[in-house]
Amino acid sequence: MIYAYAFVAIAACVAIERFHNRKAKIAIALALAAFLAVGPRFYGNEAIFSVLADAAVYVMLALGLNIVVGFAGLLDLGYAAFFAIGAYTYGMLASPQFGLHLPFWALLFLAAALAALFGALLGAPTLRLHGDYLAIVTLGFGEIVPQIFQNLTKYTGGPNGIAALDVPTFFGHSFGASVMPYYYIALVGIVLALWISRNLRESRLGRAWMAIREDELAAKHAGIDVLRSKLAAFAIGASFSGIGGVLFAAKLALVSPDLFGFQVSVLIVSMLVLGGMGNIVGVVVGSLILTIVNSALLPQLNSLVDASFHTTVDLSNIHFLIYGAILVGIMLFRPEGLLPNRERRAELRNSGEVEAEA
Amino acid sequence: MHEFLAQLANGVELGAIYALIALGYTLVYGILELINFAHGDVYTFGSFTALVVLVALRAAHFLHGAGLILGIVAALAVAILACALLNAGIERLAYRRLRKAPRLAPLITAIGVSFMLENLIELWQGAAPVPFPNVIPNPELEIGALQVGVQQIVVVALAIATMVALHYFVKRSRLGKAMRAVAQDRDAASLVGIDVDRTIAITFLIAGALAGVAGFVGGVSFGSAWFLNGFGAGLRAFTAAVLGGIGNIAGAMLGGFLIGLLESFSTWFIGGQWSNVAVFSVLILVLVFRPSGLLGESLPEKV
Repeated sequence: MIYAYAFVAIAACVAIERFHNRKAKIAIALALAAFLAVGPRFYGNEAIFSVLADAAVYVMLALGLNIVVGFAGLLDLGYAAFFAIGAYTYGMLASPQFGLHLPFWALLFLAAALAALFGALLGAPTLRLHGDYLAIVTLGFGEIVPQIFQNLTKYTGGPNGIAALDVPTFFGHSFGASVMPYYYIALVGIVLALWISRNLRESRLGRAWMAIREDELAAKHAGIDVLRSKLAAFAIGASFSGIGGVLFAAKLALVSPDLFGFQVSVLIVSMLVLGGMGNIVGVVVGSLILTIVNSALLPQLNSLVDASFHTTVDLSNIHFLIYGAILVGIMLFRPEGLLPNRERRAELRNSGEVEAEA
Repeated sequence: MHEFLAQLANGVELGAIYALIALGYTLVYGILELINFAHGDVYTFGSFTALVVLVALRAAHFLHGAGLILGIVAALAVAILACALLNAGIERLAYRRLRKAPRLAPLITAIGVSFMLENLIELWQGAAPVPFPNVIPNPELEIGALQVGVQQIVVVALAIATMVALHYFVKRSRLGKAMRAVAQDRDAASLVGIDVDRTIAITFLIAGALAGVAGFVGGVSFGSAWFLNGFGAGLRAFTAAVLGGIGNIAGAMLGGFLIGLLESFSTWFIGGQWSNVAVFSVLILVLVFRPSGLLGESLPEKV
C-alpha cells in the first residue's frame, strides 16, 4: 500500500520533470497533491499515515538542505543539528519539563526562527571557509549540538531526553493519539517549502547562490555580497529543519539526543545526492525513495527473508552499508543524481572532458 | 601534581595515536586535496586485524616468552599490511575515477565508503566493543613524581619511531620526493616522468600502514576495539591535522599531541562528556582564526 503512494508520487515527480508545458506541470502537481491528501483517508491506516508523515518530514528537511547544498553549493554535514534545535524547542517549551505548554503552532514559527538564528550564528564566522573545511566545521557543529543537549541534564533531560510532550491542538480539538494530523501539516509544509524553494531559486538571491556555487571568486567580482548570500542560505535552510524538528518531536512525543546524530545528517545528504542536488523535484524523489527503503522496504524484506529461508536476519543491520553503497555508486556512475538539475548535469558531465583537453 | 602528570602522560599517549591517524589524513590531503573520510575506519580495521591475530595466537598458546614478542610483531605487521592494502584498494575503486570531478564528489564518496566499512566491521565483529588481548605487561614505573605504565611507554615509543621513519622517508627517499612533487603540482610532476597514479597509490599505502600502526597501539592503549571507534578518533585526528596545518607532516604530529592533551585535560577539568565539545570548538576556532593551521602557510587562492 505504502509503495503505491510512493510510486504514484515518484511517477508524478518524474512526469513533472519531463513535461515542458507549464500548465501540464501545474496540473500534475495539483492532482498529486489532491491524491496524497485524499487517498490515505480511504485506503490507509495509522501505520501508513505514520510512514507517510515521516516521509513528508524528510522531504521538508531535504528541501531545506537543498537550499544550502544544492543551490548555494555549501556542503553542510551537520544539518541534523538544526533538526535537533527545532525538536528540542518543542520538547522544552511544550512539556512538563519546565511546566511550559506553549501552543504547537506558535512553536513551529519559534523553532524556525531559532534554527535560522543558529544557522546564522554558525555561519557568520565559518562561511569564509571553502568546500571541505566548511563541511568539517559543520560536521563538528553537528556533533556538538546533540552532545550539549545530552550534557545539560538539568534542562534537557540528559541522555533520556524529554518524554510526554504535549499533544497539539487545532482550534481546541486535540490531535489525540492519531498521527494523521502530522501528515497533513507536513504536507502543507512541503507545499510551502516547494513554493519557497522555487521562488528563491528564481529570485535575485537564488541567482546569486548559483553564481557562488559555480565560481565564488567570479561571483564576488561581479558584485555579489558573497557572505550575506551564504548566510541567507544557511539561515533559510536551517529554518526548514527547525519546523521539521517540531513536527518530528510532536509526532513522537519524545526528544532524545541520540535521534540527531551524524547518521541523520548523512541520510539527508544521501537523499540530495540520490535525487539530484539542486533540482527541487529530484530532491523530493530522492527523499521519498530513501524514506520508503528505510521505513517500509527493509523491515518487510526482513520478514520475507526470514519466511523463505527460515532464518532470522536483520537487514536493518546493513542500513549503513546500503546508504554507503548508494553514495559511492551514485558518485561513481551517476554523479548528477537520478533527476539532475540541468546546469549541474552539464557541469559534471563536461568538467572531466574539458580538463582532459586542456 | 601527581594527577597533573598522570593526565599529561595520558594526553601524550592519546596524542601519539591521534598523530599517527592525522598523518594519514595529511598525506592524502596533501596529495589529492581530499578528506579521506574513511581513514578513521581503516584505523578501526587495523585494531580488529591485530586483535584477531592476537586472539588466535593466544588460543594456540603461542604468547609466552619469545613467542610473545614474535606474536606482537606479527599482529602489528598484519595490521599494517591489511590497512595499507585496504586503503590503497579504496583509492583504486572509489577515488581514482573521481580525480577530475568537482571537489564535493570524492568527499561524499569517502563518506559512503566510511559507512560501508563501519557496517562491514560491525557485521564481522558485532556491535559491542571487543576486549583487546592484554599482551603487553603493564607494570607501573615511577620516574620522580610521574607514574607511567610500560604500555604507555611502548605506545608512545612505537608511534614516535613510526613518525621519525615517515619523516625520513618523505624527506630523503626517491618515492618521498615523488610524493612531494605530485603534491605540489601533479601535471608538472608527470611531465618530469613521475608516475602520478603509482605515487598516489603509494601514498595511500603509507597512510594505511600508519593507520595500521595506530590501530594496533590504539587497541593496546584503550584495551578494546569497537566498530565505531574510527568515527570519533578519525574526527579528532582530522582536527589535529587541520590544527597543525593540513598537508604538513610536522604539523599533523604537533596537532595530534595537542588534541590528545586537550582531550585528557578537558576530561580532567570539565568531564569526559564535554571532550567532544572542547575538541570541535577548538577546530572551529582554529579554522576561523588561522585556517592554514599552526605550521601551515597560507596560500593565495588559485584561480
